[in-house]
Formats: sequence, structure tokens, C-alpha cells
Amino acid sequence: MGIFKRGLSRTRQSISGRISQILGNTEIDEDTWDDLEATLIQADLGLETTDTVVDFVKETVTREGITRTNQMNEVLKSSLTALIDPPPPLNITGRDLSIILVVGVNGSGKTTSIAKLAHRFKEQGRNVILAAGDTFRAAAIEQLQRWGERAGVPVIANQQGSDPGAVVYDAIQAAQSRGHDLLIIDTAGRLHNNYNLMRELEKIKGVISKAVPDAPHEVLLVLDGTTGQNALKQGQKFAESSNVTGLVITKLDGTSRGGMIFSVFTEIGAPVQFIGLGEGIDDLVPFDVNQFVNSLFDES
Amino acid sequence: MFESLSQRLQNTFDRLGSGRVVTEQDVKDAMRDVRMALLEADVALPIVKDFVSRVRERAIGAEVHKTLRPHEQVLKIIHEEMRETLGEAGRLNFSGSTKPHVIMMVGLQGSGKTTSAAKLAMYLRKEGREPFLIAADTYRPAAVDQLVTLAKQVNMPYYEEGISASPPDIVKRGLAAAKEANASVAIVDTAGRLQIDEQLMRELEEIKKRTDPAEILLVADAMTGQEAVNIATGFNERIGITGLILTKIDGDARGGAALSMRAVTGVPIKFMGTGEKISLDTFEQFHPERIADRILGMGDVMTLIEKAESLYEEEEALRLQKKMMENNFTLQDFLDQLRKIRSMGPISKVMGMLPGMSKMQMQGMLDNEEVESRISKVEAILNSMTITERERPKILNASRKKRIARGSGVEVRDVNDVIKQYRQMQKLMDQLRKGRFPKIPGLTDGMDSFEGF
Ligand SMILES: Nc1nc2c(ncn2[C@@H]2O[C@H](COP(=O)(O)OP(=O)(O)OP(=O)(O)O)[C@@H](O)[C@H]2O)c(=O)[nH]1
Ligand SMILES: [Mg+2]
Repeated sequence: MGIFKRGLSRTRQSISGRISQILGNTEIDEDTWDDLEATLIQADLGLETTDTVVDFVKETVTREGITRTNQMNEVLKSSLTALIDPPPPLNITGRDLSIILVVGVNGSGKTTSIAKLAHRFKEQGRNVILAAGDTFRAAAIEQLQRWGERAGVPVIANQQGSDPGAVVYDAIQAAQSRGHDLLIIDTAGRLHNNYNLMRELEKIKGVISKAVPDAPHEVLLVLDGTTGQNALKQGQKFAESSNVTGLVITKLDGTSRGGMIFSVFTEIGAPVQFIGLGEGIDDLVPFDVNQFVNSLFDES
Repeated sequence: MFESLSQRLQNTFDRLGSGRVVTEQDVKDAMRDVRMALLEADVALPIVKDFVSRVRERAIGAEVHKTLRPHEQVLKIIHEEMRETLGEAGRLNFSGSTKPHVIMMVGLQGSGKTTSAAKLAMYLRKEGREPFLIAADTYRPAAVDQLVTLAKQVNMPYYEEGISASPPDIVKRGLAAAKEANASVAIVDTAGRLQIDEQLMRELEEIKKRTDPAEILLVADAMTGQEAVNIATGFNERIGITGLILTKIDGDARGGAALSMRAVTGVPIKFMGTGEKISLDTFEQFHPERIADRILGMGDVMTLIEKAESLYEEEEALRLQKKMMENNFTLQDFLDQLRKIRSMGPISKVMGMLPGMSKMQMQGMLDNEEVESRISKVEAILNSMTITERERPKILNASRKKRIARGSGVEVRDVNDVIKQYRQMQKLMDQLRKGRFPKIPGLTDGMDSFEGF
């Protein structure tokens, strides 16, 4: 709760600073709408979502006879909250071994998020193991291994340049024979418009479901919180190729944005499960819609 | 419904019935189109406002050139303004006499600093300089290993001392080592950081103070959204950047961040990263033309999905028929068609809707998955072309094809295949036009009666 607020303070400053400025306490006029639109666009909500929100607020304001800007606050809040569903619990219980596959474009924060997830689930009493499926980027394997040491979680790895499918297969075998109940698989960053690499991802997924028929049980797409409208395309393409079941939005400690969360959810329907708020192993928090939207408007 | 900027402007001007002089009303409506297009491309709002007002000023009262239509005249102004704002590719500055010259790589986490550092070293060596790499990211796990691996991979001298010392100290000793090695340029890879991280920004100041760098390059992800302005301003005000490197250009982001960052800092964009591989092929001088094209032009590609229903709309069908008959069916049209088809649902379903296809499907002649994946590939290739290339496929020379192959993660051979298919289609249309009805070499093998095209 505390960390959530701390991390989002930038977002809060930006949106709420502007919002209270805009909302202040004046008569609602044409400028109010222009300013509201500008604020939402600058928070990376995208044109379409921005229009939806502004229209909604406008309608409600007219319907309810609201005339002063300071009364708009709640309307705006509820219109944003309505855009995004709370995430269902992760589908990682009720079987011997659950598997989470983590995907995303280059540099979005997959490996760090995996370390944070591993730490989190271990604290919750899970017996976690990691697979170093990024066999492409230099020292990606070592990076995950370091994190594994920090989190106290074993990492199954192979040589750089080796077939990622093989590591994944080995990791599943190891997880099963050593009695782990949660396997989290790292993958190489790939741009969603790269045909061959997206095919490779499908292959990795095939390896997983061949070994464990209903797996992967969760496919988490990691999105960089500073990304703009391209996040939507990433969402679409990854959803198409690997049935994304949930989202992790990273780097929200620094960005004064975060609005892409709304548009991505609207676009692909996969719930935001976690948001990343820093580089420490604890800096990952479950996404809570109300908290998120509230923290956008909180004063202090 | 979304359209490309050029389409939007055309509609606007058609609606206004504009004449030979661009009027104030024309401009007012047109600027709304421009604003929308730029925001969709992730150009930051303040920059959009500025840009629009400059274009407005130039456009009002502008005389429409004889060979142009009014919307084209405005488009031309927009293009020029865009090119001007983006500026020319900046060159590296090596004017000082103390050697080695220091280049600091700075930026957000995951933006591409380490990768670009290694690529830049290769580039400098090709230019006849003696580059040297210094690993000063002591924060991210295995960041030092990453730089060392890359340095070895491309056979570059480097300095590292693990992660126990402070980065400014490491850099100082690294510079001494570079001097020792007779290097002329030392590239310092720093840890990723947010521009608001007080402590880490102070660290960069300290490195700067101790090394008096010739260049401080901000490495930024081309996918960056509205935050671009804060990132660029944050780094620039704190440590004074001298240039920008834009990475992940091989993606399909519109790249509005380039315009935002360039506009708020005034520093030139120097290089673009176009792939994950450490190679000279994936590190290029900044091409303002290409980025301008991207920011302005790709609206139609991005959003044609929205137009799926219109595939069978009469107007569209007529337009295409006419284009086919006049034989100026371009790769752009090819892509448009592909996207429309794809956006209508799973290929098995869509195929059933095309005349002649359902029978083949029933007879098991088509492997839907195979067709689907081939179409994806063709689409990826077409997406990696610039609008100009799609509109004028003739200009596709070897180096362009290479770039396209790289951009879409395929072999040049695959790009050639697409062009070949396109030519066959053109030929086919030509024959149709002349009243002959040949066998149709379709989009894919085994699709000999693909009448949809
Ligand atoms: N497709 C593509 N990937 C790139 C490009 N430049 C860098 N990458 C990838 O982006 C990811 C991040 O790159 P790095 O070079 O590690 O970025 P960094 O800024 O050093 O990251 P940190 O040190 O973690 O802050 C890696 O997966 C790179 O392979 C590019 O131009 N295109
Ligand atoms: Mg790095």
C-alpha cells in the first residue's frame, strides 16, 4: 500500500496536479474539456480511450446537472475505474506443477519481473524454480542466475545460443523430478512484428504444452510503462501468438503516465496482474484498480 | 474510423471544396487532422501544439502549386516542417584534443545502452578510430558480463572491475586503461536510470565532471510515449546531452518520441538501432526522411483493421477494380487487402468467404495454419517497407531489401518472393485488362484459383 503510493506519486503529481488545477473550482466551460483531454492524452491514454472518457464525463455532467469543476472529480474517477476490470486470481494453484510463461519486447523488464515474482511466490510458501529461456541476449542467463541467488530460487540454464525449447524442456523435467510446484519461464525479448521470433515463441509454447498438457497456465506479457501507443500493438500481437492471460506493467515508479493501462486492457482484455515500481526485489505489487485510480487523484 | 493523414486531409479538403488558395477554414480543419495523426504517433502534446501552429502559419494563404491538389500542398508543408524539426543526422564531435575522447551512454532501463555501446564501437572502428569500452553499470545484475561478452564477441578492448567500486571510480581507472591501450575513443556504458532518480543522476554528473566527455548520448526506445519529453528534458537539464540514439527502429512504433525529444532538447539525433544483433547492419546514421515517413505516414497501415467491413463496400471495390485495371495496384494496396482479409477473422473462416475457396478447403487442399503463417510473413515484410516503397515498388534495391528483411526478421529471399508474387499479380491484372484469362499464380502455392485477388 505504502510502496504503491510512493511509486505512483509521479503519476499522481502529473495527473492529479493537473486535475486539481483543471478541476479547481470554477464553472465548467469549453476549456475544461480541452484541458481534460490534454491531461488524459499526456498520461498516454491514447486518443480513443481519451475520447471515451471525456464523452462519458461530459454526459454525466450534463445529466446530473454538475456545473462546477470540483464536482467532476468523482465522475472522472468512476469513468476510469469502469474501464478496467479487477484481475482474477492467477491460475497457478490446484495442480502438481503450474507454469508461468513470461513474454514481451526487448528491454521491457521481463527478467527483473520474474525475479520479483519468484521472490513473492516463495514468500507465499511456493516451491519455485526458474528457466533461463533467454538464450539470445548476452549475459541474460547470468542475469537471471544472479536474481535466482538473491531470491533463493534454483535456475535451470543452458549455454547462450542454445535452443530455448530445450532449456524449457529440461526445466519442466527438473521441476517435476525435484517436486517444484511453480515454474516461471523467462524468454528472450522479441519485437512483436518479427515473424521468425514470434514463431519461435509459439514453438516454445508447444514444447510446454506437450510436456504438461494444460500448460502454460499463465502467459504474462510484460509491458514497459513508458511505452506509448505501440503497447496496444504489442498486446494484440502477443495475444494472437501466445494467448496472453495477464499483463505486468513495469517502470511505473518513474513515469508520470500509466494511462496506457486503460487502453491496453480495453484493446486486448487481458487483466493487469502486477505493476513494477522499482528495481528492488520487493518492488512489484498486485494491480488494484481502485487503488490505482485513487492514487491518481490523491492529494498528498 | 482511422485513415492515413494524407487520406484524412484529402477528405477534409474534398469536403470543403477548396480552391487554388488554402483558406483559413481549410487550414483550421486540416490542422485537426494533423493533430490527431501526430498524437496517434506518440508525439508529445506540447510538441504537437507547437508543430501544428507552425504548419498553420505557413499553410494559410499558401498558393497551391499547379501540379498539386490542395491537400497535397498542405501535406508538403507538413513534410517539410517535419523534416526541419527532426533535423539532419548529427555527427559525432571529436574536436577536443585530449585523448581518448569520452562518450557517455545514458538512458532509461532497457533502452538499449549496452547494445548501442557495442555497436557504436564497431562503427567507430570502421571509421578508422580506436574505440574502447568501459563497463560502469554496477547495478543491474550481470550488466558487466553483458558488456564484456559483447566486447569479446566483436573483439573490442574493454575495461571492467566487477561491481564493488563506484561507477565514477571505475570510469576513471577505465580511462587510464584506455589511454594505456592507445584508444582514441572510450565509450562508457552506464546503468539505466529514471531521470527523476536523484542519487543516480548525481552519479552521472560526477562521471561527467571527472571525464569531460566529448559526447553524452541519450539512448531512447523508439516506442516511448508521451513521457519522452520528461525523459529528454530530465537528462538534458541535469547533465546536458549532446545527441540522441533511437533504438528498436526495427519495431513498428510510429516513433513520435524522436520528434518530441529532438524538439525539447534541440540536440541532433545521431544514430538509429535497427536490430538486436551487434553488427554494423543494425546501427545506422539517423535517417530523418524515414522517421518523418513513419511518424506521418503509417496511419493507414496501423489502423486498416478498422476498415475490415469495408472490404466489400462498393466504393472500395470500385476503387480497387479501377486501380487494377489501370495497372497501378501497388504494394500498399496489396498490404491493405491482406490486412483487410486478415482482420475479418481466422483465415479458415475468411477463406470460406472467398469465391472458389470453400470447395478447396473442403477437399483438404489447404492447410489453414500454413496459409495463415505465410500471410503473416508477407504482412510482416510489407509492414517493414516505408510507404514510399510500397507505393513505388520500383525503388526496392538491394540495400532496401536487406533493411526490410532485417526489419521483418526474414531472409532477403523472402522479400524477393513477395515482390515476385506482386509482379505476377500485376502481370495477371494486365492480362485480365487485355481480356485474357490465364491460370492464376496465386498468393501462395496450391492456391491456383485464388479468385479473391
Ligand atoms: N530489436 C531490437 N532490440 C534492441 C535494439 N537495441 C537494443 N535491443 C535489445 O533491447 C534489450 C535491452 O538492451 P540493452 O542494451 O541491454 O539495454 P540497456 O539500456 O543497456 O539496459 P539496462 O542496462 O538494463 O538498463 C536487449 O534485449 C537488446 O538486445 C534494437 O535496435 N532493436
Ligand atoms: Mg545495460
